[in-house]
Amino acid sequence: MSHHYEALEDRKILTPFFLLMVAIAAFGTIFLIIRFVAGMGSVANLSGGYPWGIWVIYDIVVGTAFACGGYALAITVYLFNKGKYHPLIRPALLTSLLGYGFAAFGAFVDMGRYWNAYNMFLPWQMNTHAVMLEVGLCVAAYVMVLAIEFSPAVLEWLRKQTGWQVRADAWRAKLDKLLFFFIALGILLPTMHQSSLGSFMIAMGYKIHPLWQTLHFQPVLAVLSAFTMGFAIVIFEGSMVTNGFNRHPETHLFSGLGKIIRGLIAAFLVIRFGYLIVAGKVGAMFAFDLGCLMFWIETALFVYPLVVLSSEEKRGNGKHLLYAAVSLLLAGALYRFDAYLITYNPGPGYSYFPAFPELIMTVATVATEIAVFLFIIKKFPVLPRDTHAAA
Amino acid sequence: MIKNPVSAFDDTTDFTAVERRLGVSRRTFLKFCTGVAASFGLGPSAALAMAKAIASPQRPPVIWLHGQECTGPTESLLRSEQPSFEHLILDLISLDYHQTLDAGAGHRVEEIKREAIQQHKGKYLLVIEGAIPLAQNGIFCKIGGQTMMDATTEAAEHAAAIVAFGSCASWGGVQSAAPNPTGAVGAPQFLKGKTVVTIPGCPPNPANFLGTVLYFVTYGKLPPIDDKGRPKWAYGRLIHENCYRRPHFDAGRFATQFGDEGHRQGWCLYKLGCKGPETYNNCPSLEYNNVGGGVWPIGVGHPCFGCSEQGTGFHKPMFSLSEVKTHTPPNAFPNIGDRQNPSSSTVAAAVAVAGAAVGALLGATAVAGKKLDNASGTTSTDKGA
Amino acid sequence: MDRRSFFKASLGGAAAAVASTAVQARPNREPAPEAVGMLFDSTLCVGCKACVSKCKEVNAMPPVPMGQDTHADFALDLSAQTLNVIKIYTEGKVAVKDALADGFAFEKRSCMHCVDPGCVSVCPVTALTRHPLTGIVNYNKDVCIGCRTCMTGCPYNVPQYEYNSAFGQIRKCEMCNQKGVERIDKGLMTGCAEACPTGATLFGSRTALLEEAKRRMALKPGEIYNYPRGDVRKPGSYHEKEVPAYQPKVWGEKEAGGTNVLHLSAVPYDKLGMPPLGERSFASISEGVQSTLYSYLALPAIALGGLTWVVKRNTENAESGQEGGKE
Repeated sequence: MSHHYEALEDRKILTPFFLLMVAIAAFGTIFLIIRFVAGMGSVANLSGGYPWGIWVIYDIVVGTAFACGGYALAITVYLFNKGKYHPLIRPALLTSLLGYGFAAFGAFVDMGRYWNAYNMFLPWQMNTHAVMLEVGLCVAAYVMVLAIEFSPAVLEWLRKQTGWQVRADAWRAKLDKLLFFFIALGILLPTMHQSSLGSFMIAMGYKIHPLWQTLHFQPVLAVLSAFTMGFAIVIFEGSMVTNGFNRHPETHLFSGLGKIIRGLIAAFLVIRFGYLIVAGKVGAMFAFDLGCLMFWIETALFVYPLVVLSSEEKRGNGKHLLYAAVSLLLAGALYRFDAYLITYNPGPGYSYFPAFPELIMTVATVATEIAVFLFIIKKFPVLPRDTHAAA
Repeated sequence: MIKNPVSAFDDTTDFTAVERRLGVSRRTFLKFCTGVAASFGLGPSAALAMAKAIASPQRPPVIWLHGQECTGPTESLLRSEQPSFEHLILDLISLDYHQTLDAGAGHRVEEIKREAIQQHKGKYLLVIEGAIPLAQNGIFCKIGGQTMMDATTEAAEHAAAIVAFGSCASWGGVQSAAPNPTGAVGAPQFLKGKTVVTIPGCPPNPANFLGTVLYFVTYGKLPPIDDKGRPKWAYGRLIHENCYRRPHFDAGRFATQFGDEGHRQGWCLYKLGCKGPETYNNCPSLEYNNVGGGVWPIGVGHPCFGCSEQGTGFHKPMFSLSEVKTHTPPNAFPNIGDRQNPSSSTVAAAVAVAGAAVGALLGATAVAGKKLDNASGTTSTDKGA
Repeated sequence: MDRRSFFKASLGGAAAAVASTAVQARPNREPAPEAVGMLFDSTLCVGCKACVSKCKEVNAMPPVPMGQDTHADFALDLSAQTLNVIKIYTEGKVAVKDALADGFAFEKRSCMHCVDPGCVSVCPVTALTRHPLTGIVNYNKDVCIGCRTCMTGCPYNVPQYEYNSAFGQIRKCEMCNQKGVERIDKGLMTGCAEACPTGATLFGSRTALLEEAKRRMALKPGEIYNYPRGDVRKPGSYHEKEVPAYQPKVWGEKEAGGTNVLHLSAVPYDKLGMPPLGERSFASISEGVQSTLYSYLALPAIALGGLTWVVKRNTENAESGQEGGKE
């Protein structure tokens, strides 16, 4: 199936943009070293009331949602059998692999006693009621599954290397026989832990603002919004690649995704508003405080793509699709930031804003992801073949 | 600046008279004055002024009344030393009337009192010792046929200053404890509208009385006093504040019964009912009557009884817990909303980074959007395929 | 039914199923059979901070300095080097103890030792445990991974991580029964209760303490009551004091499933910084959802089975050239 994908081998790797990303990553590494030598307090503004800062909330909670492209497309292609989206899968899987890989790395950096991390994998040490255990195990497993799902790209690259063709083909044949199972796992695992990233909020109780505390509906809302973000990131990243490498747009494919997203946003909004109304939290929606403000900004960011994607004409326009996707990404990110940080209230007197080194480390993580992504698409057959260029 | 107060006096003042009168050496006398001045927190110049005032042959007349009491204040004053205080008191002031110390008795002595009041109108110092019973027109305490109420009113009218010496005179003392059948009150309660300096204590520390009187003699006015008439230099702080058992209180080391391990170790006596935390006095720094060696209640292992504090001594059960006044606001406690937040100086930089990151995202989107908008016309052929 | 509506319907159905089954999946936990605890009576506290000193002594923790000032403990709140702290509520002129207006009241902040502890519920590696007999919430640094979920799951913000150490651990009150201290096992009481001169912090079994608290609340304000000190079951001594006008509830009897450390106060509990809690513990709701979804991994296993079947079928279709043929 290698004819579907191509590596951008003719492109330079060491572009100014790539070097900028590497420089940011290197800057972040300085603070990373400080964190491990002098402790988290030396670089982060974490406190007793805000034990989770931007590392957990961006790198893990928001970051893995951004990395749901592979998940969302896997469902579309393999579960709902829409094979035409197949060309989009590899870049999506790569983004997911990087997103989850760096989320796992971020979790390790944020882990106060990382040398004890193996305890999560000891059955007698597990607390099966704990959301964190579920997330930890699932993310660890999913990173491996993503690596396997992505491995065809690596094998295609490998078979082109001198002396490897036979072995690579043999491995590929074996892999193809088993791949369906990993694809199924690759659908199940994100469903599990993306929903759990919402379930975290149940135990936090009153600390979560009433407009975000939906108790039993937390997992459903979390997984729904992760879905929409997964599709949105496919559109976003595709548009950026198209733009950055002067390729032909995949608007025809994105347009179909837009239709799916529309339904998901609607479901999300119906469940959320339905719960808030039934739970008698309408007053909080109009309380004219920070929570109310953020809630409506968030809702606007959700509704904008809903409106855009409902229009047949705009759905066919690359610009509108991209704007809708970015709006949706911001909406989903804000939904998580609002709940976990901005309106998170552990009681009077606590405050949190990321420290400069803390934020730089997160920015550096993103920069590293972008740099690795750019490197890989130039080395491995990841991007869909630019059929228009060939024609 | 006078470096050595004792030598500073040598050339300027003639103390020979005082040496003769008091029977102390000049050096001892000046040392005493410096000590007294120091206990006010005053400098060597005040010691000099004080010494001059004492050396002056014109001694202020004093009228000393006894009400309901045990004569404890006088007794404690008599036992003060260094130099022998009674000499000093008797020679420093002209003690015109004092029921305990007067050699004479009867009508003649009462007459002398009235004469002194007339003669020194507005100049004499009135010292009241003992409570004033008000019940049944004050018949519970009479001297020479005159009730304490009348005697006090009469003597107070023309007094230059009034000093209530001892807890009884200051706020009623033991006889004012419930049920108080005689209606005993202290001088400030009886002499409403007049300034009464109170030197409470049971018995009061003579140093507190002497210091106050010397201040009056020296400056012709009373020392700064609090709302209960107590000189601030002596009663400005709680016993608890200067107590040398205080570190044990702060560390939670308490004697729980007499003779237990904590008691033998000299731990805090708060749990045994020590009233130091609500009693204003300078006992921990002065101890009692210059005996030294920790001779005062807490020093010898007994909780403070609060003898000088109105509403505490003779009013609260001896071993009941006291109210800890230093641990009430404005003493430093974290407020409910105070937290151990990290102190960050990099927030501005962090805001800039966050802004730049979001800006980069939106900028890239806008640029890409523009391009895609132009390109979309050519690529919408597959739409809805 | 087209695919989209099927998709929506299945999502909605899943949501409804999860919601309905999880609601009563697990009630609050019951108090441990021999639960030990403490009763903090705010009206008895004189603010001497003896409990704070004793706590630091027992746990070998240094005082918190204020800038250059190191002569005393200036801890503002719980932290990795302060497991117990006395705080104050103040209003207006700050003149009357235990009065709401123009008054002040003391509050002792330390681990409440919840009956249904949020920290225990959310800890992925069982580093936090509720002792089966005493109900004491213990911590094991040897398995803790430092994820700090316990800090988010604690309604009282009690667990504290040592941010300023490269190898930090969580610190929290373990009722003086942590490894190496074990005061309760040795038959002693907690350090703070032992140090407390007024009996404001009283040690004992949860049952006895609850009885004592209710006895106090039943008294008329102004009556003289003989307050016990030390261990409520065998008080070292008593002292007499006028009964204040207590709030009509004991904090910790029922709040979020109840706590082993109970609080009494004359000012409303929210003024003392107590969080807005109902009777249902958030831990029980969270565990209800988790166990509904993941009980014996039944749901995930069924889902995986179904997914594998569908994916296998679809990928086989794709291989036989039908990829994308449906639409």
